[in-house]
Amino acid sequence: MNIRIDHVLKEFSRYPALDDVSLDIKSGELIALLGPSGSGKTTLLRLIAGLERPTAGRIFFGDEDASGKSVQERNVGFVFQAYALFRNMTVLENVSFGLKVRPRATRPAGSEIRKRAMELLELVQLGGFEKRYPQQLSGGQRQRVALARALAIEPRMLLLDEPFGALDAQVRKELRKWLRELHEKTGHTTVFVTHDQEEALELADRLVVMSRGKIEQVGSPDTIYDAPLNPFVFGFIGESSSLPVEVEANELWVGGRAIGLGAADAPKGHAQLYFRPHDVELVTEGTALAGVVVASRRVGGTRRVELEIGGNAERVEIDLPFDHPAGEKSRIAFKPKRWRLYSGA
Amino acid sequence: MAMYEADVAVYDSRRPDEAPDAHSRPTSEPAWVKWTLIGIAVVFLAALLVLPLVTVLVQAFSKGIGVFWGAFTEPAGAAAIRLTLLVAAIAVPLNLVFGVCAAWAIAKYQFWGKSFLTTLIDIPFSVSPVVSGMVYVLLFGANSVLYPWLQAWHLQIVFAVPGIVLATIFVTFPFVARELIPLMQDQGSQDEEAALSLGATGWQTFWRVTLPNIKWGLLYGVLLCNARAMGEFGAVSVISGHIRGKTNTMPLHIELLFDSYNFAGAFAMASLLAMLALVTLILKTILEFRYGDELAGTRRH
Amino acid sequence: MVPISPARPAWRFVKPSVIPGFGITLGLAVTYLTLIVLIPLAALAIRSMALGPAEFWRLATDARTVDALWTSFGSSLIAALVNVVFGVIVAWVLVRYSFRGRRLLDAIVDLPFALPTAVAGIALSTLYGPKGWLGEPLGLIGIKVAYAPAGIVVALIFIGLPFVVRTVQPVLEELEQELEEAAATLGANRLQTITRVLLPRLAPAILTGFALAFARAVGEYGSVIFIASNIPYKSEIAPLLIVIRLQEFNEPAAAAIGMVMLVISFVMLLIINLIQAWARKRYGDV
Repeated sequence: MNIRIDHVLKEFSRYPALDDVSLDIKSGELIALLGPSGSGKTTLLRLIAGLERPTAGRIFFGDEDASGKSVQERNVGFVFQAYALFRNMTVLENVSFGLKVRPRATRPAGSEIRKRAMELLELVQLGGFEKRYPQQLSGGQRQRVALARALAIEPRMLLLDEPFGALDAQVRKELRKWLRELHEKTGHTTVFVTHDQEEALELADRLVVMSRGKIEQVGSPDTIYDAPLNPFVFGFIGESSSLPVEVEANELWVGGRAIGLGAADAPKGHAQLYFRPHDVELVTEGTALAGVVVASRRVGGTRRVELEIGGNAERVEIDLPFDHPAGEKSRIAFKPKRWRLYSGA
Repeated sequence: MAMYEADVAVYDSRRPDEAPDAHSRPTSEPAWVKWTLIGIAVVFLAALLVLPLVTVLVQAFSKGIGVFWGAFTEPAGAAAIRLTLLVAAIAVPLNLVFGVCAAWAIAKYQFWGKSFLTTLIDIPFSVSPVVSGMVYVLLFGANSVLYPWLQAWHLQIVFAVPGIVLATIFVTFPFVARELIPLMQDQGSQDEEAALSLGATGWQTFWRVTLPNIKWGLLYGVLLCNARAMGEFGAVSVISGHIRGKTNTMPLHIELLFDSYNFAGAFAMASLLAMLALVTLILKTILEFRYGDELAGTRRH
Repeated sequence: MVPISPARPAWRFVKPSVIPGFGITLGLAVTYLTLIVLIPLAALAIRSMALGPAEFWRLATDARTVDALWTSFGSSLIAALVNVVFGVIVAWVLVRYSFRGRRLLDAIVDLPFALPTAVAGIALSTLYGPKGWLGEPLGLIGIKVAYAPAGIVVALIFIGLPFVVRTVQPVLEELEQELEEAAATLGANRLQTITRVLLPRLAPAILTGFALAFARAVGEYGSVIFIASNIPYKSEIAPLLIVIRLQEFNEPAAAAIGMVMLVISFVMLLIINLIQAWARKRYGDV
């Protein structure tokens, strides 16, 4: 089931949570909505589910305009951040809920419901837990029950709202792997919301990076990571250092000095240079960026140093091998191996 | 309460209909259901609560201001008012001190029998007012073991003011404690421990640290305690002897007037108590509104 | 190697604490409690037991007593049930909807709690009496409230309402919106969501509110005696019978009835505590 979001605007009392958002989600893909707090990603998810209605714009499921349909009619499987399991029901009753509330015409027989619910519990590896109550389960187990419950109604798509947010790091890693496997097995179109870029990069077929109600970029993890379209995306995904530069004579200049990076297609004038701290090479001769070490700390297997560039209080961070002899006030010359230039800083 | 990030910063999910967008939320009832339910609630509350209140006020003035005022200035009426105030003035402070002591002991320490004690404190709350008064009649009345001893000391408890005071203390016993115990338990002992570590004595800690922390809860408990103390009827009725002008509190005097078909007088006196009830309600609402976090279980009874 | 076991601390009444004042506060509190509450209640128990079981039983099962207890119980039951129905509606309306005057309505729910019972009594009896604003129109369609059994129930509804509303309200407020949304995404319509998801969650609070309203109503005196006709064997409530026996200087009978009512109060208190303990176990904490 492919989903098309068409120029959607969502306002909460004149404050636009989503501002003219359009997106095409392919059938069967696992796509992540990624962004900081307030970016609108959860609002978008809830709009797809029908838990909110757009102020303007439409949402299509396949060829069908779903914008006017109630949430019950949309048949989406939604997994909430805090699971929202029904505390007064057992695990089995929770999973069976969606089937039990169907109108008589489409409701399967009681034994059939039980069979399907048990199968789903097996699928999420909670085989013996059907008589337990949600309070008796761990966070990771509750999450899987929530997923099984959503799958029970044979949804057209799966929508997950920060599914692993409330779990600790180890459980999160396991569940991520498990979700990927489940997706490959069942093939549902899956949209999930997260603020954790590592999670998004690891899990998703495509990422949608959002900020302040707008989509900044859509693409595969590689594209987003290697070819970010703007400073926000560059800075949000992975670590970054940036420096204001001048583009002149097809070269980049900092503080009046060329730094040995060519910029053939860039427009003349001010720009902002972005690179990743680990994507640099140290240079001993020739034109390069030069800076003075003002701070240094050990990060895992490398050393992260903070350099003051060109004496004008611009600071960048780069990674050095941990046994590099640089100390405070040493001069370091380097060039970014991979970098992006954004004009009009 | 669902507040999803800052996407919906001005949105309160508890009141779906306050959502600024015009569309109905998928998890709310159709408008006709909503307004029918509101209608039922309003009519029910109006008929049950508002109308009786209005009745009191209307009936009080039904024979004019003169009769209204006369109810208070007439000697028996004035005596009833004085007695009510006296009883409250004794019962409320005593229960206040008890409440603070009990809350301190229960909230700051772990000891054997703690929850048993808490349950015992709740007893007067669940006992019928008539039984509350009767126990004192049995204890101090003419057929009791203590009576000869009381007579020897010329002490009259039953059918006299001391009995009324005791019965009132009994029925209003838990109010302050019930309010303070959960509040002080919530607040914990850290503030007091900090004060002690800085060299304060027990008393200083209490006056300067604990008391300011609990002051709104205390006021709340005192308000409820006072309202009940002034309005208690059943317990006082049993023990007072109904001696007009001597052992009639305001509620008993109201009964006297009503039974004598002096409706305007009865309602005039009743309106005073109704005013007190309204003031109590207003103050209670203000306290809950402004200091909600500093009151524990504000909606429990 | 001989295993070393840690020294077991001796049992102590109170855990040692740096905070002073335990002795005095507990001492004062327990003394006050004993003098004001426990000794008088003990007096009741002793007097009742002094009657001897046979006499006690005779007094407690005297025809008029039994009728009075039935009247009190029956009316309290009906009133508590009515309060559950309307109390839940009122709580729902106050929590879920916003409309002009909601705050006022919210505040006024506590009126029965703040208003003296005698005032409520005379007001209700006038209002529902033959010439009252509500009593007269109701009389025209054949419904007699004041000086009829219905009057007792109305008075008991009045004093019991806040117990249901204020017990259900906080639970309703705490219910997460996501539960209803989850049910909706799974295909449940509004009615199914309310009956299968919300009401079961509210059940402990509703039960507790019912028990509280019922317990309060059984012992109620002031608001009932003005509106009831107080005819023995017909509309006489148990507390009134106690008062009458005392006026007749028949202390043994009064003590017997009072003892029965006291036992009932304790049983209700126990039931309420059990409901809450069960709810805490079942739902985490509600």
